[in-house]
Amino acid sequence: MPKLSEPLLQIEDLTKIFHIRQGFASQEFHAVDNASIVIDSDKPEIFAVVGESGSGKTTLAKMVLGMEVASQGILRYKDRVINDISKKEMKTWFYREVQPVFQDPFAAFSPLKQIDRYLYETVYNYKMVGDKKEAPRYINEVLSEVGLTLAEIAGRYPNELSGGQAQRVAIARALITKPSLIVADEPVSMLDASLRMSIVNMFRKLKEDNKVSVIYITHDLATAFYAGDRIAVMLRGWIVEMGSTEQVLGNPLHPYTQNLKTSIPSIKTDEAWDEKIDLAVIETDEYTRSGCKFAGRCPAVMDICHDNIPPSVEHEGRSVKCFLYDGSASVDPAKKQAATPALA
Amino acid sequence: MGAIIETNNLRAYYITKAYGVERTVKAVDDITLRIQEGEVYGIAGESGCGKSTLLRVLLNAYQPPLTVVGGEVIYNLDGERLNAADMTEEQNRDLRWRKLSYIPQGSMHVLNPVRRIRDSFHDFISAHRDVTKNESYAMTAEYLRDLGLPEKVMRSYPHQLSGGMRQRVTIALATILWPKLIFADEPTTALDVVVQRGVIQMLKDVQQKEGSTLVLITHDIGVHANLADRIAILYAGKLVEEAETRTILNEPKHPYTRYLIESLPNLDSREELMSIPGRPPALDRPPSGCRFHERCPLAQDICKTIEPELIQIAPRHFTACHVVEEELSHAQAV
Repeated sequence: MPKLSEPLLQIEDLTKIFHIRQGFASQEFHAVDNASIVIDSDKPEIFAVVGESGSGKTTLAKMVLGMEVASQGILRYKDRVINDISKKEMKTWFYREVQPVFQDPFAAFSPLKQIDRYLYETVYNYKMVGDKKEAPRYINEVLSEVGLTLAEIAGRYPNELSGGQAQRVAIARALITKPSLIVADEPVSMLDASLRMSIVNMFRKLKEDNKVSVIYITHDLATAFYAGDRIAVMLRGWIVEMGSTEQVLGNPLHPYTQNLKTSIPSIKTDEAWDEKIDLAVIETDEYTRSGCKFAGRCPAVMDICHDNIPPSVEHEGRSVKCFLYDGSASVDPAKKQAATPALA
Repeated sequence: MGAIIETNNLRAYYITKAYGVERTVKAVDDITLRIQEGEVYGIAGESGCGKSTLLRVLLNAYQPPLTVVGGEVIYNLDGERLNAADMTEEQNRDLRWRKLSYIPQGSMHVLNPVRRIRDSFHDFISAHRDVTKNESYAMTAEYLRDLGLPEKVMRSYPHQLSGGMRQRVTIALATILWPKLIFADEPTTALDVVVQRGVIQMLKDVQQKEGSTLVLITHDIGVHANLADRIAILYAGKLVEEAETRTILNEPKHPYTRYLIESLPNLDSREELMSIPGRPPALDRPPSGCRFHERCPLAQDICKTIEPELIQIAPRHFTACHVVEEELSHAQAV
């Protein structure tokens, strides 16, 4: 099928291998394993990436930002291979297009520097205005996108701002270069409940009004559902399920996604959990597993899962990496049943 | 069953003096609580609302600049009525871990990184009981088995365990001597949902096995909903609402609580949610009157000057809000 437009971001079979050395022995460790994601350029979207800690979410983000070099696979931004972009072009072009927002705004800004200096520096470095006198007006314009004014933050140090305000400034800083893609790594997990939704609402607004695509990395499924158009669920480096947020979280197919969904503490007091769940004991055990990485704690585990890597198959409008939906393996209907009650 | 721990008009301030300038941060201001024996009592609020300060005072483990300037904390343990302020350091030590225990937040920093888990257990047990190494190993093995933790945890080092397993080991460590009163400070924060669920399950198990009292501090209302019997909502050092969990979730009365509950995202709808305007106040110069009035959509003139009192609006449901109080008196008049 011919593509109508070049994708904004194209990730294909992307793998990042780290080596763990134990004495003389060296062990390979796939932090991201064969991930494929495409974000279209003509339709801005919020793409949520969820998973537990150590599932490779942050490594994926770092590769997209050009901070880590991929071991294998294709990683293209607007048809350019990210790792091949020259240092100079990284500065003049790539960082203008792709901007990060990190978890802790107080760690992102130096406590000894007035916070508006960051905004001025970014404007000057990227020559966003012809005349330096124009800078305050331009900055004020960008700040108004995030619900702040320059007067509110001028001359102030990060510790004088609340977490929500500092995170807004961090997002405003990212917006100064008018990027097409923002990579936000756990942008709300450090914030208080009362401020969290204001930031998530802002991402929704940026997508609508400024046509910015956002890769929203989080472990909080509820905000991922609230903000995300599409979602990828990661487990130990794998994308186990990917599709539209409504489909994936509304009716999860992979046992791990089902497990995640039922584990969200509900505020409806009559929906208490009755069944117990298994947790991974030792983290590296799951990474080095030869078959499906979820086999150790999957309620629907089959013999085939222990030794074979499940394929990613298209099923009910999303891709899912599980033998249950493979079709080729003879699935014991009882096993499929075992996975489904978790949905209710 | 009576109250196992109570506070009366407790006020705890951070008082600092630098270059002759005195600064007082009113982190806990006039809080009266009755925590009943055998219940799970949740304390919720945003960061900087005084949750952790309250916990420190309840644990009787505070140091200057934190000072209790008024009120008292009373323990009712095994028929004894102890006023925390009168206890000696020795009495305190005697109480800790055996009767009153604490599950800290960052399990990463709690366990000794160079000792195996079973040796950490031995360190704790032997500090409070006269046991040999083998006895404490046996005790640990049995307790971990009871809680459904795998045997191989015993011989592991902390860094080998996953975050959730580490947190569960910390809970086991805090409760191995079957304390009557357990305090948990953000026990599930920074954990993933699946792991969080495992930890909540375990806290429930531990609490129900011996009928201990659990005081659960977290900002996450979802965790409270699944664990707590009663919830207290703190805002800027003040108790603004207290009721049974079901009541707080279904019929919150205080405007702040209502915001908190209504701004929770869920998987049922993607409709736009409101966020609370403004930001929590600084506690060195708290706003006059009701501390929430600057952010409150219902604020009236009275809220700016007069502090609302905590009143009972229904059985076991208390709230401190002028507007709610007025509505109630109207309803009664009609």
